Amino acid sequence: MSMKDEQKQHVQKALQENLRYDGRKKDQFRAVTIEYNISKSAEGSARVKIGDTEVIAGVKMSVETPYPDTPDEGSLMVNAELLPLSSPRFEPGPPSAEGIEVARVVDRGIREAGAIDVKKLCIARAEKVWIVTIDICTINDAGNLIDASSLAAIAALKQATFPKYENNEIDYQTRTDTKLPMRKWPLAITVFKIGNQLFVDPLREEEDVMEARLTVSTTEDGKICALQKGGSTPLTPDEIDQMIVLAQKFGDEQRSKL
Amino acid sequence: MTYKTRVDGRAFDETRPITAKVGVIKNAEGSAMFKIGQTTAYAAVYGPRELHPKFLQNPNTGLLRCNYNMMPFSGHGERVRPGQNRRAKEISMVTENALAPALDLKDYPNTVVDVFIELPQTDAGTRCAGICAASLALADAGFEMKDLVSSVAVGRVDERILADLNYDEEAYQCEKGVADIPVAMFPNTGEITLLQMDGDLSRQELQEALKLAKKVCQKIYEVQKQALKEKFLGESE
Amino acid sequence: MTEELLVQNKTVVVPGEPLAEGMGFLPSKGTYRDHEMIRAKRLGLVEIDGKVIKLVPLSGCYMPKTGDVIITQVFDVSFSGWRLDTATAYPAMLGVKDATSDFISRGADLTEYYNLGDNLVVKIINVTSQKLIDVTMKGPGLRKLQGGRIIKVNPNKVPRIIGKQGSMVSMIKFATNCKIIVGQNGLIWIDGTPNEELVAVNTIRMIEHLAHISGLTERVKTYLETQLGKKIEEVPPMEEQAYTPAPHPNYGEGEREHRRPQRYR
Repeated sequence: MSMKDEQKQHVQKALQENLRYDGRKKDQFRAVTIEYNISKSAEGSARVKIGDTEVIAGVKMSVETPYPDTPDEGSLMVNAELLPLSSPRFEPGPPSAEGIEVARVVDRGIREAGAIDVKKLCIARAEKVWIVTIDICTINDAGNLIDASSLAAIAALKQATFPKYENNEIDYQTRTDTKLPMRKWPLAITVFKIGNQLFVDPLREEEDVMEARLTVSTTEDGKICALQKGGSTPLTPDEIDQMIVLAQKFGDEQRSKL
Repeated sequence: MTYKTRVDGRAFDETRPITAKVGVIKNAEGSAMFKIGQTTAYAAVYGPRELHPKFLQNPNTGLLRCNYNMMPFSGHGERVRPGQNRRAKEISMVTENALAPALDLKDYPNTVVDVFIELPQTDAGTRCAGICAASLALADAGFEMKDLVSSVAVGRVDERILADLNYDEEAYQCEKGVADIPVAMFPNTGEITLLQMDGDLSRQELQEALKLAKKVCQKIYEVQKQALKEKFLGESE
Repeated sequence: MTEELLVQNKTVVVPGEPLAEGMGFLPSKGTYRDHEMIRAKRLGLVEIDGKVIKLVPLSGCYMPKTGDVIITQVFDVSFSGWRLDTATAYPAMLGVKDATSDFISRGADLTEYYNLGDNLVVKIINVTSQKLIDVTMKGPGLRKLQGGRIIKVNPNKVPRIIGKQGSMVSMIKFATNCKIIVGQNGLIWIDGTPNEELVAVNTIRMIEHLAHISGLTERVKTYLETQLGKKIEEVPPMEEQAYTPAPHPNYGEGEREHRRPQRYR
């Protein structure tokens, strides 16, 4: 048996007793904190800590020409930087597949839930619309970056206000009181699987030996707006159902902290 | 019209409020946060670790490698595209040169010590804040160092020599113009390891500015020292 | 000429900080002379012994030293042996001769003995100036690790975790029924039942955090007793010495101790 299998088995043995490497239960998150407006340079920003994992997100706004097929809609872009500052695993350079996945999963949750009313981002039809860009930067990776990133992104959107826009120019130094046109508060929660054990909010060591994971983005009205399965082990429909129930529960729990 | 009072009401030799904290990133060997006004820098040290490509290895000593980066939302105006631009490359290099003279890596031949500097918010003086944070992170990581490195931008706005310019002062419109001088030094000896300037300046003005830089670096040093000691406070008996 | 101590014994000092003034003082480990002044060369705890001033490091990476037992991981298998990740900047080499007393024929498939990813407890037998590290697996307690988990601690705290003649780690092993091996490189292997293992890990973290305080052994004992809900009787002597007994209390210093303090260029 390979070392990785042995390590997996060891984690699993503890999970069977409903005990995690740090003493938590399988369905227990580490302490979650949200701090708003941590960057005065951004239109909106937030820092999220889940245990020792720390992520910050910042929102920047710009005015551009809309896409031809949606002339009266603004748009959203999500980018994630897995900074080499946050883990010896990450290297400087263009985003890795892992980083791109974080960005895209967070993006899909927000986009598909219709979290932002993009029609209200239109300034002049077919000419000018607001573009909202969310950048997620990791500060310390101790596992569960996707959930932390999703929460940070939504928190930053919640705090963001439009900069002053006059005579076709943005004055980034002057912020209005106008908040973004938010309609929904989607959050991604990832449920992990090792053997027949399901658990949330993994430590780095647990995440390293996981067999499969399912990220479920849910909204406050109980809808699922995005899914992403990861890992190379298949999931049964029954497991998927259990995972969705867990994700919905923790989605609601984190949302109440916003 | 001369520059009589500063845009934010500070005294001419006064810095913006400074806070520093050591050990803010658990994964790193050493780390620190240094905040001056609305410029915040994080620094994390990883290594010594194996240096690739191999031909860069030095059999006599370890190598210091710095990487300065502004987060995409940290700029004064529009979003900054992620990835290293020319400015970030240059600042990374001068940061390396500002810190390397303090550091003794002879015990770690063929290796590299990586320092990553990240800025979540900026209001001028970013390279200086980055150097202050990085110097703390290196000390926290337990490397042999001759001294800490303290850094501040001094300059001249119109006819006044002043410390720690913010963005509004860097961009101040006045007859004589603005000179901006980022300086880093060993606070215990006053030896200078970073010196850049843009604007125009007389020899006398530079002398005066450097004198001010030394005075201000002493104050920054006290904050740095305090931050390091705070992390290890529990260790003394 | 002034002769003056500028800091108190056992205080934390930072690099460059003046410690004493005057040529009468002698800079030792972790300090250097700058004209009349003795300064700190790194972050550490000042130790004043008469006129000799030295620093006990509180942080910093592990430096491989002959005789140390460390925990490593195989990352490369060649014809002549295994290359091991030592959790430092330098890999270690385990030659076929030093791996086992079994006869291994020339050209044998070495992965049948130790494969990529395997964790091995090894002893350092040689370190060159360029930090080429040779290790052996011949010796008591040196072996391949099976199961369990590995945690990383500040290598400067390892001597405290081990304790005098291994007393601290023995107590944790005895109280928690866990198998524990402490590597000088700051990697610690622990194997037991999930709950007892958790207590062992938390205890080690506590020692790492409180390494400096006196009366630590008593505190650890009380902690273990409350966590496990039982009294700890006399701890039996250890059956195996899978680590180097540390020269207490100098945090495991070796030959570097006597290196002549150098001046910076």
